[in-house]
Amino acid sequence: MNPSEEKDLNNWLIRSNTILQIAAILFALVFSAVILLMLGASPLDAFSLILSGAFGSSSKLAYVMTAWVPVLLCSAGLLVTFTAGLWNIGIEGQVVMGAVFATGLMQMLQDSFPPAVVLILAAFAGLLGGALWGMFAGGLRLYGNVNEIFGGLGLNFIAGSLTVYLVLGPWKRPGIGSTSGTQPFPPSLWLPTFKGFQVSPIEILLGLMAIILVGSALRGTHFGLRLRAVGKNLRAAFLKGISVEKHTLLAFGLCGALAGLAGWVLVVGTSSRHNLFPLISSGYGFLAILVVLLANLSAMWSVPISFFFAAISMGSLQLALQRQLDSSLGGVIQGMLLLSILVAKGLQSRLLFRRER
Amino acid sequence: MKVELKDIHKYFGPIRANEGVNLSVEAGMLYGLLGENGAGKSTLMKILSGFLSPDKGEILLDGQTVRFNSPAQAVALGVGMLHQDPLDFPALRVMDNFLLGSPGSWLLDRHQTRKRLVELAHQFDFKLDPDALVSNLSIGERQQLEILRLLGLGVHILILDEPTTAISAQQREKLFEALHQLAGQGKTVIFVSHKLEEVKSLCSKVTVLAQGKVTGEVEMPYPTEGLIQMMFGQTITVGKRCAVELGHSVLELENLTVSDWRMEVKGLSLKVRAGEVIGLAGLEGSGQHLILKACAGLLRPSAGRIRIANQDITGRSYRHFIEAGVAYMPAGRLEEGLIAGMTLTEHTALVDRNPPFFVDWDLATKTASRRIEEYNIKGEPTTLVEELSGGNQQRTLLAFLPHSSKLLLMEHPSRGLDMESTEYIWKLLLNRTERGTAILFTSSDLDELLDRSDRVLTFFGGKVRIRETCNVNGLQLGESIGGKGFE
Repeated sequence: MNPSEEKDLNNWLIRSNTILQIAAILFALVFSAVILLMLGASPLDAFSLILSGAFGSSSKLAYVMTAWVPVLLCSAGLLVTFTAGLWNIGIEGQVVMGAVFATGLMQMLQDSFPPAVVLILAAFAGLLGGALWGMFAGGLRLYGNVNEIFGGLGLNFIAGSLTVYLVLGPWKRPGIGSTSGTQPFPPSLWLPTFKGFQVSPIEILLGLMAIILVGSALRGTHFGLRLRAVGKNLRAAFLKGISVEKHTLLAFGLCGALAGLAGWVLVVGTSSRHNLFPLISSGYGFLAILVVLLANLSAMWSVPISFFFAAISMGSLQLALQRQLDSSLGGVIQGMLLLSILVAKGLQSRLLFRRER
Repeated sequence: MKVELKDIHKYFGPIRANEGVNLSVEAGMLYGLLGENGAGKSTLMKILSGFLSPDKGEILLDGQTVRFNSPAQAVALGVGMLHQDPLDFPALRVMDNFLLGSPGSWLLDRHQTRKRLVELAHQFDFKLDPDALVSNLSIGERQQLEILRLLGLGVHILILDEPTTAISAQQREKLFEALHQLAGQGKTVIFVSHKLEEVKSLCSKVTVLAQGKVTGEVEMPYPTEGLIQMMFGQTITVGKRCAVELGHSVLELENLTVSDWRMEVKGLSLKVRAGEVIGLAGLEGSGQHLILKACAGLLRPSAGRIRIANQDITGRSYRHFIEAGVAYMPAGRLEEGLIAGMTLTEHTALVDRNPPFFVDWDLATKTASRRIEEYNIKGEPTTLVEELSGGNQQRTLLAFLPHSSKLLLMEHPSRGLDMESTEYIWKLLLNRTERGTAILFTSSDLDELLDRSDRVLTFFGGKVRIRETCNVNGLQLGESIGGKGFE
């Protein structure tokens, strides 16, 4: 191989995203395996347990699919805020507020309207609750000069505390108030599922529709285009006469609404406990942040990646049940994947930058 | 300590900031470095003080070649720089700022340090309270503090980059006294400025830079005309736009006062008519940027009125100015003008004022192709703007400004462009003036100002002089930029 060919090959190796990503995924797996070995477990055994825990039976697959929906909804929302250049860390709180609004509405109306109507109205309440909480973070950023990361973090805590207060206070179960949650809703207020396959087609449809709608809106509408302009260069977008204020608030509102809908799913959906309890958001929002970053803001890629993440989360539960290992090892694998991909990208741009200098 | 810079080269991409610069300054000398904005003075001094490393060339201190990898290293070897904008910590106290950057043990000896600070301040008759918050000090006092800090660190060579832009006359006098005192102690002082009068009164020897090269090294006193010629090159251009037909009033400023934290332009009145081109001259930051921003609706004036086509829009929002027919073209092409990561087609769709809900990508692509042809942009509709060359980026910016604008405001329309691109841009601009657009532009190029504008507003320290360009020559304009006629 002559020197110039060698250089071309080097360049190609650095530029090729596929190779980079495969290398990063391998690295993440190896690193996870090392951790498993340190814990005295066999990595191959653990990985196969995760796989069988996720796909081993139809009921396990159903479980994965129901965990997939909230992540999908949150990912759809985060695509909007990330496009606008915003770090909506407050998404967890927005999920919680969606659940709170939905629960509140259902408690108010469950005896006076038919269940279907109550469910639909509750969905809108969830959308509203999440949207308001999201726009709160947006407002803090725009008018209070509070970075949305810190604002969102604070609002997450407030939303969490609010659920504790509601569950132990005004909405406590008759007789004993406990942090296990409010009085569960009757099965008439559960989303219908397939017979013999515990998955609600409504949930799955909503999740997929949300991500398709968001993906196409970001590509094909003027709103999406302007949002991207704001995200890529705030100052230039402003100078072009685009209202940064309006687009920031809208982005937070939309993301919050979708997160709120995820909150509704967590109250009425298949995998839920059918009540409001503290920490109801269960980290789905944060998981979605990993998904969207890993998908590099692509709506299309967010679908399989969120499914994959849901599978790891559910599959790793088997580690605890069958091998007395902590189920949070699934989180380690997910986090390692993201970090490896980000580091690989960082190294790539660094090497390219050096070459071009 | 004697300083020598030998054959210094520094490039930023295609921009040649320094090209073979030589400089030699003896110890105990008050040395002037004179030049227009963008002449390469700051770059050269940043190289000498370790902020930048040269692409080629060497630095000698007392005959020894040195290499700095950081400003801290430069300070350790005795070279300190006072920057144009104070690089201090406003949230900290005077004492803490004085302590910062001092080498030594982990523990601070506050008592000893305080004594040193007070002594040093006393020596130069600076009145600094060690416990005051830096954010409560004036710019002049912050400079004094920074000078003391550098001296406290044992600096032998003190570089001052445009130190007088934001300080009062009394503070300036005190500063100059201190500089004389320092030179008397055998320290080397390099005074970087574009203000002729100050350099003339302060320095004993001067090097003039223009476009990255040394154009002269002279002992003072030296005639002003000579210095100006070195600063601006051959000043043979004479204003040519003598008989241009002008239309109705497009922009009217009435007793306009605008200010930012360091500068105020007071009571400016101006009437601009359709088709008129007005150049805003002056050294960077002399007030011209304030007027341009105020006319764009980006800076709210503290007094006076702004009228666009006889409609008073003082104090309205930037969007309102856009709707009134004002278009603003910023200097930072990729920072403020265009959006990196988006294509020409996407930019076309983005400036659609009343868009439908969905983007019509076919139409946008067609419009982009048409603009590319009209404005002779070397690119495709799918080209990302950051892949275009500077000249093509400038044309792109211009192509996306609304055609119907009444008033076009531009910062440095030809900065960084070659002759051909510059000519082309101005051809496009003149086309617009013939259709009734009035243009206000800032520039630091005397030829451009004289060639292109009907009138020039010269700014000096916030003061403004208005003059017709017809038959004015470059020397006269250069003198006025340097402050002649303002004092």
